[in-house]
Amino acid sequence: MIEIKQVRKSYGSLEVLKGIDLTIDKGEVVAMIGPSGSGKSTLLQCINGLETISSGEIIVDGVSVFDKATNLNHLRRKLGIVFQSYNAFPHMTVRRNVTLALTKVLGVSRDQANAIAETQLQRVGLLAKADVYPTALSGGQQQRLGIARALAMGPSYMLFDEVTSALDPELVAEVLATLRQLSAEGMTMILVTHEMQFAREVADRVVFFHEGVIAESGPPEQIFGNPKSERLRAFVSRAG
Amino acid sequence: MSYNFQFGIVLDALPDLMQGAALSLSIAIVTMAVGIVLAMPLAVGSWNGKGLVTFLSRSWIELARNTPCLAQIYFFFYGLGAFGIFLSPWLAVGIALCFNNAGYLAEIFRGGLKGVNANQMKGARSLGFGPVGAYRYVVFPQVFTNTFSSIGNQFIWALLNTSLGALIGLYDLSGVAMDYQSRTFKTFEFFLAIAVIYFILAKLVLFLANRFKPGGARHAA
Repeated sequence: MIEIKQVRKSYGSLEVLKGIDLTIDKGEVVAMIGPSGSGKSTLLQCINGLETISSGEIIVDGVSVFDKATNLNHLRRKLGIVFQSYNAFPHMTVRRNVTLALTKVLGVSRDQANAIAETQLQRVGLLAKADVYPTALSGGQQQRLGIARALAMGPSYMLFDEVTSALDPELVAEVLATLRQLSAEGMTMILVTHEMQFAREVADRVVFFHEGVIAESGPPEQIFGNPKSERLRAFVSRAG
Repeated sequence: MSYNFQFGIVLDALPDLMQGAALSLSIAIVTMAVGIVLAMPLAVGSWNGKGLVTFLSRSWIELARNTPCLAQIYFFFYGLGAFGIFLSPWLAVGIALCFNNAGYLAEIFRGGLKGVNANQMKGARSLGFGPVGAYRYVVFPQVFTNTFSSIGNQFIWALLNTSLGALIGLYDLSGVAMDYQSRTFKTFEFFLAIAVIYFILAKLVLFLANRFKPGGARHAA
């Protein structure tokens, strides 16, 4: 379970998160939507400590992320994350991208790591590309590599930060198919997304961010079908 | 006045010159290896550290790059004598060149670090790597690729700088030539000969560097 309690974050005098409360249960798929700059990506990166918070608390399975005593490197194994910008490691093959942290962080043997990599690359449909370098991949393939790399660590939660935003439209579908499959497998996922149709389809709960606060949240039918606030109504109609 | 060119003497001295060249090359290789290891934390510290760390690494880089290499060698050979520390010529040259190489390489790596996308660090940290592991396995391999030619140039500098060791009695390629010319008075022949040998060694280094230039790594978009 991920508990986000009264989280605030400022960059200088600009407050981007203004007291966020949100709880995500095991097995849940939560979509975070909202205009750019509303703080949703920032919050996502706070969950695994890649971004710091100004006040409040985030607790993952009973462990406080920003407690001084918390081993963040250890905690991050539970929280797989895939970013908007593809960040495959360009100096190693697709396979090595997946096995690197397995061998160097988890201490898994090379053979075992390769077996895990093959399973995960198969899962995202990239096994045939295992021995090429990331530059030979399309944007969609690089994102699927990012997903396989994160999954290989055996995370309990997967965080997706606008993973389709930088993709050409024709490549979006293949990445969404992978996400759809993960949700069907019961993976706990938090998605920051601009794909409203997709959010509506896979999310158990949709959270609408506006100017640093959660303006509205609820099941997708309610958020998209019967938005309460004017702001959400305007956002949904614009986003189509 | 006429001068008799006698290159036969140089040929006779060739085995000794080769031994000197081997010492020069070994010192260059070892001080480059140590320099690379030292330059990595220096580059990160000067670029991304705070307070004292930044001050110390910046100072190292500034001193190494803005003082003559000869002065650095003299400092370790003669200067440390003031503290009762007496180093042998090869140790003094070795330490001075490690200091010098590390400073220049750190500046090269600093540029290389800027060329690696910040997302690479984020990606590595998100997989559970600590900062050291992220630099070691993800960031620096890319820095080496980006800066490979500059590292090769620094190697050549290191090799040529070893010749300064002759001034404190190091029996490197230059030291051997100084010794022979003082005994035979064939100054021109010996210095021409070692100039040719240094040139060939430098070109050899460059050739090997180009040969083994890493090619697999390219930046992601």
